[in-house]
Amino acid sequence: MKNYIKYITAISLGVALVSCEPEFDNSVEDGDLYTSGEADFSNYVALGNSLTAGFADNALYIQGQKNSYPNILAQQFEHVGGGEFTQPLMADNIGGLLLNGNQIVDTRLILDVGASGSPAPTNIEGTPSTEITNTLSGSFNNMGVPGAKSFHLLASGYGNASGVATGQANPYFVRFRSSAEATVLEDAVAQNPSFFSLWIGNNDVLSYATSGGIGVNQTGNLDPTTYGSNDITDPNVFASVYSQEVEALMSSASGGVLINIPDVAATAFFTTVPYNPLTPALLGDQLATLNATYAQLNQAFAALGVPERSIQFSTTGPSGIVVQDESLTDISQQLTQALVAGGLPAPTAAVYGQQYGQARQANENDLVLLTSQSAIGVVNTDRVQELVGLGVPQELAGQLSVNGVSYPMQDQFVLIPAEQEEIAGITATYNATIEGIANANNLAYVDANELLNNVANGGVMYDGGMITSEFATGGAFSLDGIHLTPRGYAVVANRIIEEVNQTYSATVPKVNVGAYNGGPSIGSGVTE
Amino acid sequence: MRKSLLFMLIALLSASVYAGGYRVSTQGQRALAMGHAGVAVVNSAELAFFNPAGLVYLENKLNVSAGVTGVISNVRWQNGETGQFAETENNLSTPFYLYASYQVTDWFTVGLSAYTPYGSSVEYPTDWAGSHLVNDIDLQAIYIQPLVSFKLSEYFSVGGGPIFVTGGVNFNRNINRTLTDENGNRSNVEIDASNVTNMGWSASFMFNPTENLRIGMNYRSEIILEAENGDATFSNVPNSPLAPVENGTVAFDASLPLPAEFTVGLSYKFCEKWLFAFDYNRTIWEVYNSLDIDFAPEGVPDSFNPRNYKNASTYRFGLQYQALDKLTLRVGYYFDETPVRSGYFAPETPRNDSHGYTGGLSYQITPAIAVDASFVYLRFEEVQESYDYYQENGQNVPFGGTYKSNAFLPGLGVTVNL
Repeated sequence: MKNYIKYITAISLGVALVSCEPEFDNSVEDGDLYTSGEADFSNYVALGNSLTAGFADNALYIQGQKNSYPNILAQQFEHVGGGEFTQPLMADNIGGLLLNGNQIVDTRLILDVGASGSPAPTNIEGTPSTEITNTLSGSFNNMGVPGAKSFHLLASGYGNASGVATGQANPYFVRFRSSAEATVLEDAVAQNPSFFSLWIGNNDVLSYATSGGIGVNQTGNLDPTTYGSNDITDPNVFASVYSQEVEALMSSASGGVLINIPDVAATAFFTTVPYNPLTPALLGDQLATLNATYAQLNQAFAALGVPERSIQFSTTGPSGIVVQDESLTDISQQLTQALVAGGLPAPTAAVYGQQYGQARQANENDLVLLTSQSAIGVVNTDRVQELVGLGVPQELAGQLSVNGVSYPMQDQFVLIPAEQEEIAGITATYNATIEGIANANNLAYVDANELLNNVANGGVMYDGGMITSEFATGGAFSLDGIHLTPRGYAVVANRIIEEVNQTYSATVPKVNVGAYNGGPSIGSGVTE
Repeated sequence: MRKSLLFMLIALLSASVYAGGYRVSTQGQRALAMGHAGVAVVNSAELAFFNPAGLVYLENKLNVSAGVTGVISNVRWQNGETGQFAETENNLSTPFYLYASYQVTDWFTVGLSAYTPYGSSVEYPTDWAGSHLVNDIDLQAIYIQPLVSFKLSEYFSVGGGPIFVTGGVNFNRNINRTLTDENGNRSNVEIDASNVTNMGWSASFMFNPTENLRIGMNYRSEIILEAENGDATFSNVPNSPLAPVENGTVAFDASLPLPAEFTVGLSYKFCEKWLFAFDYNRTIWEVYNSLDIDFAPEGVPDSFNPRNYKNASTYRFGLQYQALDKLTLRVGYYFDETPVRSGYFAPETPRNDSHGYTGGLSYQITPAIAVDASFVYLRFEEVQESYDYYQENGQNVPFGGTYKSNAFLPGLGVTVNL
């Protein structure tokens, strides 16, 4: 009888341990809830640039890659037959690159409280450990290559380490290309993707914009090998390479999604620094002196028939910075003469004439780049040297070299309306091409342009509040002002899922955007 | 010697899990086999818990009951909108009891009991979707109680005694939904308090209007476990003055109520070998209004977690059959109402209404010693629920989904009557 009891106990324990886990009526885990529709997500390959790679905070680093929109998508595709999704992960969370042991790319940005006491983006401490010549083995589902333009995906040698120094090759692609000659597209197609995403073309116009329009609009030039890095790609070149890329990917894929080019002016990079950051408090004692000096100049502007170029700082409110506008007629000569006629000594007049020949005060139509934030109001030492070299006394040279106050902000810091229109026009042309190709091939089409405009104008709701394009705090943009936060990428991923579901009658679940970090990266880089 | 060894072994085992809120109803294998009904059953020293007044009606001079239950609980969560899912670790917790009574005179019995009526042990995968609410929790409380039982007449007795509680809690969660250190490790806080003590009492009566009918009432008082100067350890916080807290250990104060419980019930003997028992429990959960953690340093934001529990009832039914001279069989059922209101469904106590199906037996090995076994299957309906009071930037951010739970409770005990 003792044994009998033992048996009962053993059996009941055994039953309890092995059986009867609670089961849902419709289980997420067992795939009861979602369908792939007409698409085959088993082998998803993502092509693109930095946005696809998961670039953030001006760097590529592991944590950013894990929150790349393709990786977010791949996790959701797992519910509808998606397979493993591999990424060419960096060696660390510091970011930055080494080439033969020499650092060639900076570490990522963090928001740090510096000596000033106010938070500002700063490169995280530490030395990068990602050596680009340590080429990774195997193929990678995430083929996002930071810095790539549309035509780069077809460029042989784009992953050749020896071309990095001359700008012929891309250090990020060097890390994971299959061979020195392989193109990004070849390496993608070789994986026989069953589904793909393509988000390319941003850099074809973005680098022109982020450099303040110092590049050349190459419209009409059909040879991209002759383009400089900050140039705008010819729309016909773009259309040609883009359709080649889609065609190659379509050879094995059941479907795919094309993502268009956002309006660069909707990014925090262009909307953070106001055109009029100069307040009476900021200018202090200098305000009266500056206005007195500019009064002489304004008389000359009036005499020359361009009174609209007058510069005056308000004593009560914020004033626009002084900018160099290349779209204005250069009136240096006339201005010098007018100033001499007004009684200014000839050498001084010549310096003024040269400095303000295309100057004007910024207005609400100008976009001041994020990179100017640390430059405005600072004495430009290069300019001081230049003026001293021209024979200007040291003190006066210093007074004339304050960025945006006495020395017009140079081209690379400001997008003037003419440049903005140029960029907007090209972007619209590219997007028309992308939409056309998407429709012609029955591919899903994601209007990222509209999405980021919504973020910039009012914001996008999520369970923890509102995502806006506000720099550092809005939740969408990382500390470089252009690339997205994990939360921003999650918003994009959800938009892609919506379009994919609609196009292919699939029911891929969306992610909870609030679970992705939208806060600014903080830390010291010093980890125990 | 053997007995003291057994006691030590049992005392080392941790208490835990399951029954409305963090109440764990496993205070006697004989009663548990009958749906945990026992306020009016005079059977063994289990009365020390169920109704001390009944101890004086036990036939033997010395009565001892001891036992331990293995609680195997499973919780599954999923969110159909996002495709996230999680399952708790299949860990075993082992609530126990030890009761003894000694009849001093015909009308006066003393007793001593140790039992674990409250506890919780839930472990989700670290960094799961609800990790800002809980990664894992382990709560235990041991009640120790000296008892007296007075027979006022054949029809009526009273009993009770003071309760000494010692308890502890270990609770781990992530600081919020998204913060990580420089390497992407989720920022985390773990609070730990042990040897938290307090006192309470219980009192009961038993009324025997006829030979076959007994009526019992028992009340156990509320006891608040006040943890003072516990350790809260923050880890994986980025090293920055912009971070909400710093890595390291700080002190905290928190309190957790072990609510009062009121029980009435009856037992009725019929057809010689049969006994029916019914208990009604009312647990005064409304005392559990909010789980607040007050971190000692001014700079560390305190944690406020509304719970807003409501009082809850449990209905227990049991049947006993004397199958053989030495073998007694028992079955039972109970319906356990959750104290958790809709919208306050926090994953650290993922409890909705449950149905308990129970069974068990006793076998009399010798005239003095019997072995008691019980088994419970606790079933929860699939429920769509959320916890809506987690705050982010001053805004409530619900965490919800579908929960499905169950639990198995095999238990073994021994009864000694001398």
